[in-house]
Amino acid sequence: MMKNLLSIDDLDRTALDELLTLSEDFLHVTEREIPKVPALQGKVVVSLFYEDSTRTRISFETAAKRLSCDVMSFSVGSSSVNKGEGLRDTVQTIAAMGIDAVVVRHSAAGAPARVASWIDASIINAGDGSHEHPTQALLDLLTLRRARGPELDGLRVGIVGDIVNSRVARSLVLGLDKVGANTTLIAPPTLLPTVLDGWRASVTHDLDDVLPELDALYLLRIQRERKSANRLPRLSEYSARWGLTVERAARLKPDTLVMHPGPMNRGVEIAAEVAEGPASLITEQVTNGVAVRMAVLYSLLSSGARVA
Amino acid sequence: MLPEHGSVVIKGGRVVDPTGERDADVVVANGSVVEVGTNLKADTVLDASGCIVSPGLVDLHVHLREPGDEDAETIETGARAAALGGFTAVIAMPNTRPPHDEPSVVASVLASGARSLCDVHAAGCVTEQRAGEALAPLGELHTLGVRMFTDDGACVSDAGVMRRALEYARSLPDAVIAQHAEDPALADGGHMHEGAWSSRLGIAGRPGIAESTVVARDCELAEATGGRVHFLHLSTAAAVDIVREAKARGIAVTAEAAPHHFTLTDAECATFDPVYKVHPPLRSDADVAAVKAGLADGTIDAIATDHAPYASEQKERPFEEAPPGMLGLETALALTITELTIPGVLSLADALALLSWRPAAVAGLAEHGRPIAAGEPANLCVFDPALKWEVDAHRLASKARNTPYAGRSLTGRTRHTVLRGRPVVVDGEACA
Repeated sequence: MMKNLLSIDDLDRTALDELLTLSEDFLHVTEREIPKVPALQGKVVVSLFYEDSTRTRISFETAAKRLSCDVMSFSVGSSSVNKGEGLRDTVQTIAAMGIDAVVVRHSAAGAPARVASWIDASIINAGDGSHEHPTQALLDLLTLRRARGPELDGLRVGIVGDIVNSRVARSLVLGLDKVGANTTLIAPPTLLPTVLDGWRASVTHDLDDVLPELDALYLLRIQRERKSANRLPRLSEYSARWGLTVERAARLKPDTLVMHPGPMNRGVEIAAEVAEGPASLITEQVTNGVAVRMAVLYSLLSSGARVA
Repeated sequence: MLPEHGSVVIKGGRVVDPTGERDADVVVANGSVVEVGTNLKADTVLDASGCIVSPGLVDLHVHLREPGDEDAETIETGARAAALGGFTAVIAMPNTRPPHDEPSVVASVLASGARSLCDVHAAGCVTEQRAGEALAPLGELHTLGVRMFTDDGACVSDAGVMRRALEYARSLPDAVIAQHAEDPALADGGHMHEGAWSSRLGIAGRPGIAESTVVARDCELAEATGGRVHFLHLSTAAAVDIVREAKARGIAVTAEAAPHHFTLTDAECATFDPVYKVHPPLRSDADVAAVKAGLADGTIDAIATDHAPYASEQKERPFEEAPPGMLGLETALALTITELTIPGVLSLADALALLSWRPAAVAGLAEHGRPIAAGEPANLCVFDPALKWEVDAHRLASKARNTPYAGRSLTGRTRHTVLRGRPVVVDGEACA
């Protein structure tokens, strides 16, 4: 059985499919009047967030509580980290309290992998620097599956935006490849990795060129600081060339799905009207996030009994 | 000062020095080689059967952390590690706290070095505070014996400053400006080689062009000024090619390569273990091959360790937050034998040239890398080129543990080291 979830690459095709099926089961649980099961009663889950993230933290903590875990929340602002304690000392102290899983969010790539090398508890990567965000990719795949059915083979997905700095893109490209979808990365050259060897995706700098062929369009958040690093001229130029404006949205196929991991910069990478339009799955993504995280926690921590 | 002692014979080894190879005993006394021949006797015998007897190794590039970071290394512990690695001379880089931009700091480093198990020479800063702006007092430092000037850790990135440093150094006999060639405008914010692995791992890269553009520029500046430039830790195929061409054009340029740049690649970073973090970073397979080719064809003049100790907690951070650098003194000889001479990239004599007499010439060290002959200074390294051993980070003499080779099986190990006629390592153990 899997111990940690550090990368989407930790899952083979079968494990990924099972996890998504389990997520759909949990989605039904969350739709019940009392959306809680005793599946992981007595298990202790720590959320260790070294980087602000309201939505991911709440999503994980909600998932853990719906599985009846005890949840300890460790935020950097109120901890001894501010007194200069190093990552290793912090996690070893937490581990000594007797815990089952740590959900780690960190601004540095590989921090969850380092934590996993130091302690015995299960480690879940909740986003590490620009490396990966595997539960985001899982919830995105679940969202696509619920919109298009379980067979995603051959689905054409475009990912637009700041690929080079995106942990969401790194996990999603791996996940889409595993389910047989065809991914196109769409970005200015300055927002793509210099070397793309090993990325199982095609690349274009021209959004308009591929727009009409896409089954799903995934927009990444554009950080305003990219301008200061000279990766971009002014943001209005980005919107004009790579933003999903109302005009561009009109050129999509009628059933093309629009997704965004949030938080959105309305008016930069996506027009407000499009974000709230009928093609948008952005709200479903958030809902599915809780179910996916329940499935991950359950897979890592349960002794194998069936879900209630 | 080291105490006087009787004569010592190094018996039964094969002598390899700049003049060639022969089986011979070597007698040393009063700091010098007194006789080389067969069936020689002396007060003390050091057995060298099965061993190579070579001039002591010379490391152009070590960080001894004193003053300022004595929890990671001191001159005493670093020099002991050097002696155990077969080195009789090291050049201490100037990025201490305070740095080597003041004669008093350099004088104190040299004084501590004189009490240690290895000759410790100091490199001086090129610029005050290594800030890359105002020239450091190169002449005052030269008076103390400094011959190499570098802001290592930082690149002298301003072409105007580099030009003036090269020009000014022409007034100082044997002075060389040593460049950490990584343009900060291209490398800052990066933590590993920019390539397929950084792309996969989401870690910002330090591209190869950060090195090669500075190397190309500085070759031009050296030619224009008539100054001497030495490139520290060359790591890219492009930079090796540029140095090769510059040498062919007769420009006064030398270069070194670090063992980690011919033994490890950026693929190691996939572990996210910052023991593999170093500047310039571990590069691609093609770069490793080019560095080996540069060592083999003489383009690169020296193997230098860039020994960079860190206290454990410094490396127990995430990769992007940990400082760059790795240990090197106690593994350099074995890595050279294991990865270069045994596979046939270099002959043993050429490997020793890169580890001893060629770096001694780069740094103007008159007492090191000399032929093993009567009257020459007795700075010697005796090593078993066939001994297999496993690197154990906890058994290193260095205070720090950040070796990327822990657990690796290597061939070749120092048996004895003789500093100015005095055995400082005997049978693999440091003498005090």
